[in-house]
Amino acid sequence: MKNIPMNDVTRLLIFAAVILTMPIWLIPLGGGYPDLMQKFAIYGIFAIGFNILFGLTGYLSFGHAAFLGVGSYAAVWSFKLFTMNVIPAVLFGVLFAGLMALVIGFLSLRRSGIYFSILTLAFAQMSYNLAYSVLTPITYGETGLQLSQQDPRLIDNLFIEEVSTGLPSTTLFGMKMSGYPGFYFCAALLILCFFISMRIFRSPFGLMLKGIKSNQNRMKYTGLNTRPYMLTAFVISGMYAGLAGSLLAITDPLAGAERMQWTASGEVVLMTILGGVGTLVGPMLGAGLIKYFENIFSGFDNNVLTSAFSFLPDSVAEVVVPVVGLFVGGGWHLTLGILFMIIVIFLPGGIVEGISRLTALFRKRQQSIGGNMTPQDQPGE
Amino acid sequence: MTKDFKLDFSRRGLLKAGAASGLVAASPAFFMRNAWAEDFRNNPGNAGEVKLGFNVPQTGPYSEEGKDELRAFKLAVKHLNGEGDGGMLNTFKPSSLKGNGILGKKVTFATGDTQTKSDAARASAKRMIEKEKVLMVSGGSSSGVAVAVQSLCQEEGIIFMAGLTHSNDTTGKDKRRYGFRHFFNAYMSGRALGPVLEKEYGKERRAYHLTADYNWGWTQEESMKDTTEEIGWQTVNTVKTPVGAGDFSQYITPVLNSGADVLILNHYGKDMINSLTQAVQFGLRDKQVNGKNFEIVVPLFSRLMAQGAGEAIKGILGSTNWNWSLQDPGSQAFVKSFGAEYGIPPSMAAHTCYVQTLLYANACEMAGTFYPPEVIKSLEGFKFDGTGNGPTEYRAEDHQCFKDVLVVRGNENPTSQFDLLKVIEQTPRSQVEYDWKIFGGELGPYKV
Repeated sequence: MKNIPMNDVTRLLIFAAVILTMPIWLIPLGGGYPDLMQKFAIYGIFAIGFNILFGLTGYLSFGHAAFLGVGSYAAVWSFKLFTMNVIPAVLFGVLFAGLMALVIGFLSLRRSGIYFSILTLAFAQMSYNLAYSVLTPITYGETGLQLSQQDPRLIDNLFIEEVSTGLPSTTLFGMKMSGYPGFYFCAALLILCFFISMRIFRSPFGLMLKGIKSNQNRMKYTGLNTRPYMLTAFVISGMYAGLAGSLLAITDPLAGAERMQWTASGEVVLMTILGGVGTLVGPMLGAGLIKYFENIFSGFDNNVLTSAFSFLPDSVAEVVVPVVGLFVGGGWHLTLGILFMIIVIFLPGGIVEGISRLTALFRKRQQSIGGNMTPQDQPGE
Repeated sequence: MTKDFKLDFSRRGLLKAGAASGLVAASPAFFMRNAWAEDFRNNPGNAGEVKLGFNVPQTGPYSEEGKDELRAFKLAVKHLNGEGDGGMLNTFKPSSLKGNGILGKKVTFATGDTQTKSDAARASAKRMIEKEKVLMVSGGSSSGVAVAVQSLCQEEGIIFMAGLTHSNDTTGKDKRRYGFRHFFNAYMSGRALGPVLEKEYGKERRAYHLTADYNWGWTQEESMKDTTEEIGWQTVNTVKTPVGAGDFSQYITPVLNSGADVLILNHYGKDMINSLTQAVQFGLRDKQVNGKNFEIVVPLFSRLMAQGAGEAIKGILGSTNWNWSLQDPGSQAFVKSFGAEYGIPPSMAAHTCYVQTLLYANACEMAGTFYPPEVIKSLEGFKFDGTGNGPTEYRAEDHQCFKDVLVVRGNENPTSQFDLLKVIEQTPRSQVEYDWKIFGGELGPYKV
């Protein structure tokens, strides 16, 4: 048999290989620098976690950025108060985001559909406004929470006599967490998160969540209380967001209130829908695509375009460059919007559906040559 | 589960992936070695070009200012490379600029979009530093962004020439060795407005503050309160308004019955446009309170905002860093070449960004190197003239520029759509100077 249906171990191995080789295959795409790759991995975690809630239960949370923000603030405070080591920062980030998800989830999950979305949006916007002004003593408001030389750093100061003049950097037992080491740290956690998400998808718990998505009333009639399941899914996905937030702070020790704004919550919804709701790799693809647009497309200006189109005759290039220029640089939102519309209209299953359609097309051609039908090719239901 | 996606891979594909993941094990060491081989970040070495990074808001609430900043940056690069009419290069002194790029290397640039968000601004600054290998980052139109990018640049060892940022913190408690600000700050606005307010409105006034509820708003309110109370005014109330409120009527109505006779709007951007327009619509300016005409003051004014507020700004007092109507040779030269290039006069955001770029280039020429600690040393305490604000000094202790501050009034009879602000006083530098210690903060090390 030519095509072996993939089992989960190979799936995970391929995913890990693709993530870890990012520094190589991103170079031709102009994205092979540490900061962007860190962002890919971090927002990948964020989107994968969001997908556990949205993809499995169908509950659309519009306030996930709040957990991202809480994770960041917790991580930066851990740097300030305790140690520059990243392990406590990650733990605190996940813990606080989880606690907050428990509270918000407990309140919001009493409603479903649009009411649930609005409730979560309201909570997130509330957190944003609190962080922006009222809670300034904790969050430092607009300026954002930053490290400073006067921070207590209780645990670090027990072991080392502080002599350096600059700001300390975040470390993993002495290894600096910026640049490439930072990326590999994020990538390792991303692979771990992918694995956990895969286990959840395959577990009875995951099946239960899928059951809730397809018909919650039916689940209730069988005598099952669905709310604890949904709350668990909500908290897990909040903890994923908290992890992503703490990683943002680890690779760049600053936490700003904008991280909690509704646009950030909307972004993760876009990522998941772009990539493919309810699929394993979809959210990661969507996250990568959006971050690529935000960082690479926004940097294209007319100079770059002129050199890119220099093969055209001058008179043609003069027309092409300004037209294309509308869609890159400051106009990257426009391109992303158009792409989003195209995907939602023609590929409701996101990029993943696009890929599977292509594979199906490819396989059909092979079959017509002389293939035989395997049971795996048949729909399961 | 019909839609459940299955990716099928051939054995060959798996082998390939395996080989690639083996390769990657060696790659971190490879990249790290390159990173440490250079003596300072993004050293251009023998390259014939140097790259500067212009990080401006191209989307979001301050995108108008961002676009104008970008125009100024492009003009500055042109002039540094000896193209165009040279603009301020002809009036700036003492100048080491030769019009052949910086230290003989042609100047190119990369741009980024801050979106007026700290996160996005840091991400695009990082992209420019890590990928585009820029030597200096400049631009921005908000203090939050300036502070965030400034501390990033300190960590990365890249010089940051701040664009429009007015909060005291940028060169106060959040100052950094690698960050420099040419723009004035909230404290200086207060000092400059004080005497004019006293002269225009007298010593016995009751002021009511509406303040944008974030860091910049608070420092602005504090500075205005201190100044007005010094000349004998009373502060009736200070009310914080959420940023981007849109509708300010609920905050303006209480002003009418508060017994106050001056309203101070510590707002900027769209907030200021909305609050001022609504205050005028509510008839505040036609009122008589305590036997005096009711007045409105906007401490930080910009022409782009004035354009948005339209009729409402007529007769309103405020302060500004620079205005295109100034008659000194430096301003004239800049307005002339900006106008010839783009057909509109430059805003104060454009002016500060243009000057910052020239100042960085000049400091490199003076130091004879791009090595940041040396460039910083030649900027610290640098005295110069011919950039539109009279004699100016980059104070070494906090990297804040000291120069004259303009007090302006919304023009009653504008002659054109750009002629909106009238300079009524040029407050001398000595009056707005302060002890750098009052805001605290630490610059940090030269070498990072």
